[in-house]
Amino acid sequence: MARALINVPKTAKRGQIIEIKSLISHIMETGFRRTETGQIIPRNILTELLCTYNGAEIFRATMYPAVAANPFVTFFTVAKESGTIVFKWTGDRGFEQTETASITVEG
Amino acid sequence: MQRSKQSRRAVLGGLAGAAVAAIVRVEPASATPAAMKSAIRTVVGEAQIKKGKVHIDVPALVENGNSVALTVQVDSPMSEGDHVKAIHVFNELNPQPNVISAYLGPHAGFAKISTRFRLADTQTIVAIAEMSDGAFWSASADVVVTIPACLEQL
Repeated sequence: MARALINVPKTAKRGQIIEIKSLISHIMETGFRRTETGQIIPRNILTELLCTYNGAEIFRATMYPAVAANPFVTFFTVAKESGTIVFKWTGDRGFEQTETASITVEG
Repeated sequence: MQRSKQSRRAVLGGLAGAAVAAIVRVEPASATPAAMKSAIRTVVGEAQIKKGKVHIDVPALVENGNSVALTVQVDSPMSEGDHVKAIHVFNELNPQPNVISAYLGPHAGFAKISTRFRLADTQTIVAIAEMSDGAFWSASADVVVTIPACLEQL
């Protein structure tokens, strides 16, 4: 399990636009680097971040080797109803990780 | 005399060989502006790309290309009928022309994404926004890099 940090406001007003930040520890090995003996270090990156809000997709990102190590991605969404926001990262070598945050929507 | 000619030829041949080897080794590890154009065409298709609406926030001078903060914002009401469907970011000179593709919708409320990415050299970054009406808008930014990323040896 990689360490992941997600930042979702605990409470929001209905209809408010909220910022969501996510960070996951991952080497994001590009597959273009070489060792001292000239061998290519095989690629090992995260390829996708999928974010759902009460089951509906709100954000998806396809990542390439150009994304820096420990991918940091932020985006916005409208707080519609109380519930859970689920982050799912997938990547090379069968990498898969899910993190969940809950949000309470008032008004 | 004969001997020195031989060695001169050998040396020149060796140099030429080394030059060819250097080209062969470098080439597959570097995208070109043409590679970026074809990557953009893969996403955009035959549609016309207009300049504007997209704003890239990236430092003009980067000391370390391994982690560069990038923010892309698109002017859009983000309503059901008029919103940003996707934001694609491309680079010219990294080994691969793609950086990130983010898919949004009217539920985003605000078309703005941030991430951190790598830069292998001083180059131009291009961001393209795909709108719900099928139009494409773009912006570009120049970044000077002093310590490049991606290809360094361990």
